[in-house]
Amino acid sequence: MRPAVLTGEYFMTGDVACAEGALAAGCRFFGGYPITPATEVAEHIAGRLPEVGGTFIQMEDEIAAMASIIGASCAGVKSMTSTSGPGFSLMMENIGLAICTETPCVVVNVQRAGPSTGLPTQGAQGDMMQARWGSHGHYDIIALAPSSPQEIFYQTIDAFNLSETYRLPVLIMTDEMIGHLSERVVIPDAKKIKTVSRPRPKGRKDRFKPFEPGPNGVAPMAHAGEGYHIHVTGLTHDERGYPVMTVEAQKAMMAQLMGKIQRNLDDIIRTEAYRLEDAEVVIVSYGVSARTSLAAVDEAREQGIKAGLLRLVTVWPFPEAQIRNLAKKVKGFVTVEINLGQIHLEVERCAAGKVPSFLVGHPGGTIITPERVVEALKEFF
Amino acid sequence: MKQIKKQVRHPLDDLLRIDRIPHIWCPGCGIGTAFSSCLIAMRESGIDLEKTVMVSGIGCSGRGAGYVNLDSYHTTHGRAIPFATGMKLANPELNVVVFSGDGDLFAIGGNHFIHAARRNVDLTVVCVNNFTYGMTGGQVAATTPLKAKTTTTPVGNPDTPFNLPLLAYASGATYVARWTILHTRDLTESIEEALLNRGFSFIEVLSPCPVNYGRRNKENGIDSLKIYQERTIIRNDAQPWELDIDFDRGIVLGKFIQTERPTCTDRYDNTCRPKELIEGEKGLE
Amino acid sequence: MVFWRVPFDSEEIQITTGIVYIIEDRCKGCGYCIEYCPRDVLEFSSKFNTKGYHPPAVKKPDDCVNCHYCEILCPEFAIYSVEASTEQG
Repeated sequence: MRPAVLTGEYFMTGDVACAEGALAAGCRFFGGYPITPATEVAEHIAGRLPEVGGTFIQMEDEIAAMASIIGASCAGVKSMTSTSGPGFSLMMENIGLAICTETPCVVVNVQRAGPSTGLPTQGAQGDMMQARWGSHGHYDIIALAPSSPQEIFYQTIDAFNLSETYRLPVLIMTDEMIGHLSERVVIPDAKKIKTVSRPRPKGRKDRFKPFEPGPNGVAPMAHAGEGYHIHVTGLTHDERGYPVMTVEAQKAMMAQLMGKIQRNLDDIIRTEAYRLEDAEVVIVSYGVSARTSLAAVDEAREQGIKAGLLRLVTVWPFPEAQIRNLAKKVKGFVTVEINLGQIHLEVERCAAGKVPSFLVGHPGGTIITPERVVEALKEFF
Repeated sequence: MKQIKKQVRHPLDDLLRIDRIPHIWCPGCGIGTAFSSCLIAMRESGIDLEKTVMVSGIGCSGRGAGYVNLDSYHTTHGRAIPFATGMKLANPELNVVVFSGDGDLFAIGGNHFIHAARRNVDLTVVCVNNFTYGMTGGQVAATTPLKAKTTTTPVGNPDTPFNLPLLAYASGATYVARWTILHTRDLTESIEEALLNRGFSFIEVLSPCPVNYGRRNKENGIDSLKIYQERTIIRNDAQPWELDIDFDRGIVLGKFIQTERPTCTDRYDNTCRPKELIEGEKGLE
Repeated sequence: MVFWRVPFDSEEIQITTGIVYIIEDRCKGCGYCIEYCPRDVLEFSSKFNTKGYHPPAVKKPDDCVNCHYCEILCPEFAIYSVEASTEQG
C-alpha cells in the first residue's frame, strides 16, 4: 500500500501528476466520468484513493460527477473531479451551485479543441471564457493554468488550498498537451507540503449561522451530521442559509460571494515574469502556450526585439492591475493562446487607450510554435 | 366536561424550522402531508437525527429540505440523488433522505435515479408524485396520466406515464412502496421501514396538486383524495409490472419489494480497498 | 356510535377521548381534516384566520377519540390532538 504523498522522483504525465497532487492536498473523494484527454486523472486516482481511505466513484455523467463532489465536500471530505470540454459544459450548472453554496471543491479541465465534440485527442485552450462565465449569473471564480506536469502537481495542491480558504470551486484549466506530456515530477516530503482546510465553526451550535462571514470574510463551514442543523440552498439566501427572495438579499449575497475574492486578489493572483524588467513588448500567455512563448522571448531578443513574458498562473481572477501597470511602460502586448482570442480580450481591455494589444491565436489541435510568435512580434512591432 | 386549555406546540414543531412556517405549498397540496409523514417516520424509526440529512432537488417538493430542522441541502434541478450519493459515500455514517418530486427525480433526474438504485446506494428516496410540474404552473410530466390536461397538453396528454415502482425495481432498489397521502399511516410506516433498510429505498407518494393539476382536470383537493380512496387497492407484494398509473382501472398501492443485497459502500470496501487496510481497521476495533 | 353489529364486549371497551388543538393561523382551509375525521368532529368555522381562510372548528368535542388522523393528514401542521385523560392528569 502506498502512502498519500508519494515522495520521490518520477517520470509521469500531467494527468497522473494532477491525481497525485490531489492526494497530497488531502483529496479523499473523486466523482468522475471518462472523457478524453482527462480520463487518466480518474484512472489513476481510482486505484489510489481506496488505499488512502478515500472513495472513487464513476458517476453516470458529468452532471452527476459534479453534484457528487459537492455532496462529498458538504459531508466534510475534500473532493475533486476532472473532465474536458463537453463534460465541463455539463458541469456548469452545479459549479454555480458550489459558488452559491460556498462549497470548496476542485474541477480539472484538460482542454481539447471544440466546439462540441471537436478534436477529442488534440489540445486547445478554448474553454477559458467558459471557465470565467460558464455558469449562469454573475460570480467570481478562481482558475489556474499549469504549464508542466511538475507544476500541475503543485497547482492541484494550491487549487485545493485556495478552494478551502475561500470556500468556492477552483478550476484547473490545463490542456491535452500538458495532460499527456510525460516529464520529470518531483514529489517532496509530505511534511514540506502545506495544506489548508476550510474554516470551521466554533461556539454554540444553536446560534450558528452557516453563511455569516468570519473575521477573514469567509464563513466557517459546518458539515452534514455535526448537529448544526444547517440549511444550504442554491436559492438566494441570507446568513442563516434561508431563502430570501428580495433585491436586498440578492445584493448582500452577491457582495459576499464576490467580496471574498475581490478583497483577497493579492493572495489569490499568481503570475510569473520572464525577462520583463526591460521589456518593450510583453507576451501574455498561460498553460502550454506559455512554454512556447518562453522560447519565443529568447529568440526575439536575439533578433533585437526586447520581449518579455508575463505567464498567468492564475488566469481568473484576471491580473488586471498588473496589465494596467505594464501598459504604462511598454509598447504593446501580444497574447499567445490556443483559441481565437479569449484572454486576449481581457489584455486588450486592460491596455485600452494606452498601448495596442495583439493576438497570436490558433483554432486548436496543436501548439503555437515559438517561430510563429517571433514572426508575429516582428510583424506587429 | 373537557377543559379548554392553552395551545401547546404541534408535535412536529421541534423537527420544523418554525420560523419558515407557513410553507409555500398551496391550499390542498399534499406535499405537506408527505413531508409530515417523513418527519414522523424519521422520529419513530429511532435513527440518529443528528446524523440525518435531507437532500432535495428543485420544484415544489424540493422545498422540503428547507423546512426540516436538521441538516438540509436544497440542490439543483434533478441532482438531489447524485449530490446525496457523494454525501453518503463520503460519510457512510450519515442517514441520507432524498425528498423530492416526480419531475425532479424522474424527468430531469431520471438517469441519476436508475444508477443510484443499480449501485444500491444506501439512500431513502421519497418521491412526491403530483403528476405535474407544480412550481412552474402545471406542465405535463413524465408521470402525468394518459389524456390528462396540463398547460402543455391542453387537449390531453398523449404519452404514457412511468410506472415508478417498476422502474425502481428493475433498476435494483431494495425497498419499493407506493402510497397516497390519504394512506398516511401506511406511508409513515413504509418510510420508517425504508429508513431502516440498508440500501436504496424508494417510496412513491401520490399527492394532489389542486391548483395546477386538479383545476385543469376537474378535481379539487377533496376530489383527488376521494379518487385515492375509491380507485386504489392495497396489494402488498404485487408484481411491479402491474402497477401502472391508470385511475380508470384502479391503482395498486402497497409495499412491493423488500430485499437485501450489499450496498454501494459494502461492495466498494470489499472489492476496491486493499485487504490489509480493511483488516487493519478491524484490528483496531 | 352506530354499529352494523354491536360487539359483544362493547360495554367493556374503553374509548380514549381526545382534545383537538387547532393552530388557526397555519390553516389554509383545505378541509381535509373536516372531510376525513372518522368521528365527524370538525366543521368549517365561519371566521377568517389572518391569511383569510376558514380554519376548522370543533363542533363535537366529546366525540374525538384521539386517533390523530387530522394531525397526520393536515399538510400545514395546523391541527393535532392529545389524549384527554393525560391532559387532565
